[in-house]
Amino acid sequence: MVEWLAGIYGGTDAAWFFSIVTWILAIVAPLLLGVAFAVYADRKIWAAMQLRRGPNVVGPFGLFQSFADGLKLFIKETVVPSGANKGIFILAPMLTFVLALIGWAVIPWDVGAVLADINVGILFIFAISSLGVYGIIMSGWASNSRYAFLGGLRSAAQMVSYEVSMGFVLVTLISYAGSTNLSAIVENQAGGLWQWHFIWFFPMFVIFLISAMAETNRPPFDLPEAEAELVAGYQVEYSSMAFALFWLGEYGNILLMCALTSVLFFGGWYAPISALDFIPGPLWMIGKICFFFFIFAWVKATVPRYRYDQLMRLGWKVFLPLSLAAVVFYTGWGMAFGYIGN
Amino acid sequence: MQNDRQIKNYHLNFGPQHPAAHGVLRLILELDGEVVARTDPHIGLLHRGTEKLIEHKTYLQAIGYFDRLDYAAPMNQEHAYALAIEKALGIDVPIRGQYIRVLYAELTRIMNHILNLTTHAMDVGALTPILWGFEERETLCEFYERASGSRMHAKYFRPGGVHQDLPPDLIDDIWKWTETFPRVIADMETLLVDNRIFKQRNVDIGVVSQEQALDWGMSGPMLRSTGLAWDLRKSQPYDVYDRMDFDIPVGKHGDCYDRFILRVEEMRQSLKIMRQCIHEMPAGEVLTEDRKIAPPRRAEMKQSMEALIHHFKLYTEGYKIPAGEVYAAVEAPKGEFGVYLVSDGKNKPYRCKIRAPGFAHLQAMDMMLEGHMLADVPAVLGSIDIVFGEVDR
Repeated sequence: MVEWLAGIYGGTDAAWFFSIVTWILAIVAPLLLGVAFAVYADRKIWAAMQLRRGPNVVGPFGLFQSFADGLKLFIKETVVPSGANKGIFILAPMLTFVLALIGWAVIPWDVGAVLADINVGILFIFAISSLGVYGIIMSGWASNSRYAFLGGLRSAAQMVSYEVSMGFVLVTLISYAGSTNLSAIVENQAGGLWQWHFIWFFPMFVIFLISAMAETNRPPFDLPEAEAELVAGYQVEYSSMAFALFWLGEYGNILLMCALTSVLFFGGWYAPISALDFIPGPLWMIGKICFFFFIFAWVKATVPRYRYDQLMRLGWKVFLPLSLAAVVFYTGWGMAFGYIGN
Repeated sequence: MQNDRQIKNYHLNFGPQHPAAHGVLRLILELDGEVVARTDPHIGLLHRGTEKLIEHKTYLQAIGYFDRLDYAAPMNQEHAYALAIEKALGIDVPIRGQYIRVLYAELTRIMNHILNLTTHAMDVGALTPILWGFEERETLCEFYERASGSRMHAKYFRPGGVHQDLPPDLIDDIWKWTETFPRVIADMETLLVDNRIFKQRNVDIGVVSQEQALDWGMSGPMLRSTGLAWDLRKSQPYDVYDRMDFDIPVGKHGDCYDRFILRVEEMRQSLKIMRQCIHEMPAGEVLTEDRKIAPPRRAEMKQSMEALIHHFKLYTEGYKIPAGEVYAAVEAPKGEFGVYLVSDGKNKPYRCKIRAPGFAHLQAMDMMLEGHMLADVPAVLGSIDIVFGEVDR
C-alpha cells in the first residue's frame, strides 16, 4: 500500500514519507468523521431505546449535532484549575487522543490494505491500549480534584485487570493463526461464516467483547466517570478542547475495539457467504464495526453500573480463570488434533 | 528504620452540587480508600422557613406551602394539613370528596414512586428506566392539571374536601390509564428486578433491622422493608381508606433491593385502590357545605348577599380555629407525614410543626452506610427516597 503510492510519487525517500503521510490522513480523516457520527449514532440509539428522539435539530435528522458540539467546545475557554499541574493537565487529553488514533495503523481493511503490516500487530495494539490508561491517570492526578483522583485510580485498576484476560483470549487466537499479524489472523478465517472465529471460540468471543467494554470504560464498566458518585471522574475539571479530546479519544478507542473484534472474531474484510464477495472488503469491515458499535450502545442503554469491587471480582475471579482454562483447552485441543503448528 | 505515619482518611464533599445528591444534600464522607468510614449529612441548604411562614398566613393560604415540601408528592402533604384542620374544627367531608382525595392521594403515591424507583435505578447506573417512567409521570401530571389547574403545586385538597369536582371524562381517562400502567411496571421490572448487576448493587446494601428502624423513627417503605406491616392507611384509616381492599407489602431484609421491590408492589396496590375509588365513587358534593369553612358557589354569590359576605370573609380574614392543639398524619409515599397544629383561637396557627419522614430517614445515613463503598452512597440515598423540600422545610 505504502510502496505502491511511494512508487507513484517517484520512489525517493521524500516520496516514501509523503506516501505514509497520505495514508495516515486517509485513515485518520474518515476516522474522525466516523467518530463524530458514532457519537451521533450512540445518542440516537440510546434515545430510541429510551423512547426519546435524540438530537434532531442541527442539520437533517440532527446529523450535524456532533459538529455543532465540537464547534461549541472549540470556542470555549480552556480552564486550568489553579491547583492543577498545568503541564500534565494539558498533556493528558492529548495523550488519550493520540493513542486512540495510533492503534488504527495496524488494522487491516482488505488484503494488503493496511498502513503498517507489522508482524506483531496484536502486540502493538495491546501495547497502545495499555498506554491509554496513562491519559486517565495523569488527568486524574494532575487535576488536583478528589473526584478526578478517585476516577483515575479506579480506571487504572480496571484497565490493568481486564487486559489480562484479553491477553489470554489473544494467546489462543495467535496460536491457531500461527501469527501475531492481524492480516494473518483474518486470513485464518477465510472461507465463509463457518470459518469465523466467533463460532469456534465463542466463550473467548464473549470474554473479549465484555473486556473490550471494560477496557474502553463503557457501561456497565464506566466506573472512572461514574456520574452517580464521581460526577465525571477524571474528566471533571476539563473543559473546552481538552474535554473534546477525551471525548474523541474515548470514541476512537471504542471504534478501535469494535474493529479489533471484527478482525479477530468476525472475519475482518471477508463476506459471510461467497455470494456476497462482490461487496468490497473495506465495506464489510465498516459494516462489522457498526454492528459492534450498536451492541456497545445497546448495552449502555440497558444495564446498571458495577461497583468497583464487583468489577474487580468479575475481572480477576471470573474472567481470568475462565480465559486461562479456555487457553489450556483450546491449545490442548489444537495440539492434539493438529490444528496448531501446521 | 521504622516509619510510623498516620494515614488520614480521605474527605470527600458529596454535594451540594452533585448529580446524585437528590437535590441540595451535602454529605461529608470520610473515605478509607473506597470504603465509607463516616457520613455526615449537612442539611438546610433548601431551608425556606415554611413553618414560620405558615404562622403568618390564614389557614387556607398555608396549603400552598405543603405542596412545596415534598414536591414529588404534593397532594399527600395537603391531605395531612386538611385532615389536621378538619380534626381541629370537627367538620365532616362529603363522601365523594373523600373518594376523590383517596384517588388522588394514591395517584400521587404512584407519581412519587415512579420518580423514586427510576432515579434509584439511575443512581446505580441504569439510565433508561427514568425516561420510561417519566412518560407515565407526565400523564399523571396531566391528571393533576385537569383536576386542579396545576401540574405540580396543586393546592387541590382543602379543609372540608377538595376544591372542585372532577370532570367525568377525567375519571374515564384515569380508569383507562390504570389499565395500561401495569404493563409499564412490568417493562421496568424486566430491566431491573432480575438484572444481575442491579441485584449486586442493591442486595444487602444499606441494611436496617427492625429495631434500628424503630429506634431511628423510620416509617413508610423504610420501616415496612424490615418486615413490620405498619401503614397508617390500615392502622388508623382516614377518609375512606377503611373501605378499601388492599395489602401492605412488607420486605424481609431491610436492604435497598427490598425497598425497591416493595415500592414496585406498592404501586400495584395503589392502582388497586384507585380502581376501587373510581368504581365506588358516589355522586354528590365534594366540599363541605359549611359556608364558614368553604366558599359558596359562584352562582350563589350573584344572588345572595350572605354568600358574598361569606366569600369575602373567607378570603380575607379566613376562619378561626378554637384554641388547642391537634396532630394529624397520613401515610405519605415516603412515610408518616404529620402536621401538628397549635391554635390560640385566631385565624392563623400559633405554631405548625411538620413531621417529614425524610428527615428521620436521612439521619440514619451514617448508620446505614458504615462499611459500605462509595458507590453504595447513591444507592442508599436513592432507596431512602429523599426530597429536600421536606427535609429542609
